[in-house]
Amino acid sequence: MTKQKGMLFDSTLCVGCGECYSACKIQNNLKETSDDFLKDHLSAETYTTVEEYGDVYARKMCMHCAEPACVSVCPVGAFEKTALGPVLYDADKCIGCRYCMLACPQSAPRYEWSSTNPRVRKCVMCYDKVAKGEGTACSEACPTGATMFGDLDELIAEAKQRIENDPDSYHNHIYGLEEAGGSNVIMLSSVPFDQLGFKVNLPKKAMPELTAQAMEKIPTVVSLGGIFLGSMYWLTKRKNQIAKEKNGISLKGDDHNEE
Amino acid sequence: MKNNSIFKFTFWKVVAAIIIVLGLYSTYIRFFHGLGASTNLADSVPWGFWIGFDFLGVGLAAAGFTIAVMAHVFNIHKYEPIVRPAILTAYISYMLVVALLVIDLGRPQNFYHPLYMWNIHSVMFEITWCVICYSTILTLEFAPVILEKFNLKAPIKLLRTISIPVVIAGVIFSTLHQSSFGSLYLIVPGKLHGLWYSSLLPVHFFVSCIAAGLSMVIFESYLVARVYGHGLKMNLLSSLGKIVLGAIAFGFVLKAADFIIAGKLPLLFVPSEETFYFYAEIILGTFIPVYLLSNKKFRTSRFWLYITSIFVLSGFVLNRMNVAITGMKASSGVSYFPTIDEINITFMLVIFGMIAYNYVAKKFNVFEDAVHLEKETEENKETEPIILSN
Repeated sequence: MTKQKGMLFDSTLCVGCGECYSACKIQNNLKETSDDFLKDHLSAETYTTVEEYGDVYARKMCMHCAEPACVSVCPVGAFEKTALGPVLYDADKCIGCRYCMLACPQSAPRYEWSSTNPRVRKCVMCYDKVAKGEGTACSEACPTGATMFGDLDELIAEAKQRIENDPDSYHNHIYGLEEAGGSNVIMLSSVPFDQLGFKVNLPKKAMPELTAQAMEKIPTVVSLGGIFLGSMYWLTKRKNQIAKEKNGISLKGDDHNEE
Repeated sequence: MKNNSIFKFTFWKVVAAIIIVLGLYSTYIRFFHGLGASTNLADSVPWGFWIGFDFLGVGLAAAGFTIAVMAHVFNIHKYEPIVRPAILTAYISYMLVVALLVIDLGRPQNFYHPLYMWNIHSVMFEITWCVICYSTILTLEFAPVILEKFNLKAPIKLLRTISIPVVIAGVIFSTLHQSSFGSLYLIVPGKLHGLWYSSLLPVHFFVSCIAAGLSMVIFESYLVARVYGHGLKMNLLSSLGKIVLGAIAFGFVLKAADFIIAGKLPLLFVPSEETFYFYAEIILGTFIPVYLLSNKKFRTSRFWLYITSIFVLSGFVLNRMNVAITGMKASSGVSYFPTIDEINITFMLVIFGMIAYNYVAKKFNVFEDAVHLEKETEENKETEPIILSN
């Protein structure tokens, strides 16, 4: 069985050099978008950012959720959670409804607004490289090991170990372990994650469960609705008929008597 | 007879023509220069005014299924004269919504993909199929109006035999479609403001569309009465008013219970833009209509009923726009207002809808003889149970 791959970003090791940002641009043929990578934001041409919060740096990118909202909401199934972990997008299927962008708890998917045939764009966890057994471009470029690529279970164990070994340096939380049902990208930090611009109030359960609650009622609505309306039709029609016959309006009252 | 057109004056024709020209130009910009050039949509605001308008179009079409269910399924025959106007409204609304959805899609050339690329977990997939199925049903429901004009009896007979299953299917698809717009937002608890986010969103959307759809019939019938000189019977409109009152009151109780159970009452006292728009929605769409409709004097007056319908519709418009725009604003971090192109295209579609309504209402038998024809149908129907009971 293929093991799920993932990435661990440890902000206590990050020096804000931007090698991950540049490597990502080269790997994915993305255009230059900013003179100062620290001031750049996620866009159709930027799959990852490095943000500066005092002396702490944080990376933002698609978290590659275990049960991604984008995969569940796409009407045509243009998103796919691969067996290896990366969440991929197929522009050939996409109709451009942008529900993925609305639904993503991290607002990771971005859009080619200036194109007349726009695509949704986001980090693909270097799927081509990962499928060949290589690491992601950003993790290979990282000089300090702040971004690590590997088997997800090993990365989670490693993250727990780091917090345990050095509880003073770490805020006791692994971001991405439980947020929105967990993701293949997890993060460590010395400060609480809301101070690094992360969304910390996300539900612990997977986002698709929220819509599943409504979707699973559809068969009931259809069957009970059909039965209810069908019987109401029959009942009210019968009632009207009887009422009319009683009032002597019916022209064929005799038929009724024979019953 | 006077010129019985909604566009009585040349002045309005000129206005309509200007809006259409502007709209066509904006449509050109949208398709040849992209969504970025024509809209204020952005990565943080992927859905805007057009989605809000789609909610309105579909919501205002709700009379199509509510009147059909009352007249044909619950067999309350007094509603039959409004079946056709209601279905025409629904039909035109759906066509406008489909047109706007295609304009709003980033890759409109792929619009047919949901037909064979299925993701049954997606609310958007459910919506797409509801639009397809209910548009088909509306076509079947409205077809007799066109067919009888050309005296094509055979297809009308065929449609009549399948009419009850078609109406019932229409009610079910509508119920799913109306509520699914609310379901769309279930997945964004962190993005939609607490005043609107609720696990009951699909139910709220469904209940509010009934009040809005019926108010739309009241609203239209008043205007039609002014243009054609004969409107619907007042007791009929008053009984619609009662149903509107019931739906609004039920919706309010549901919302109040929802706020209490979810512990959201403190949100009502937070001074913010969201709170302001929320109160505007509740006062215009709930409090004022409830006051007016529970008063018999207002409920039985054609004019006051018309005024009430405007309040209900305003509250409804605010509610849908609040969910689509106001409620999403804080989480997006940017303030969104539609561009002139977004507005032009929307207004152009509204004008197209009005022209279509006017044309069909004038050329086909939607209002005038509807009463007689429905009576005929009624008599035909009445023979059936007798045959069955033998």
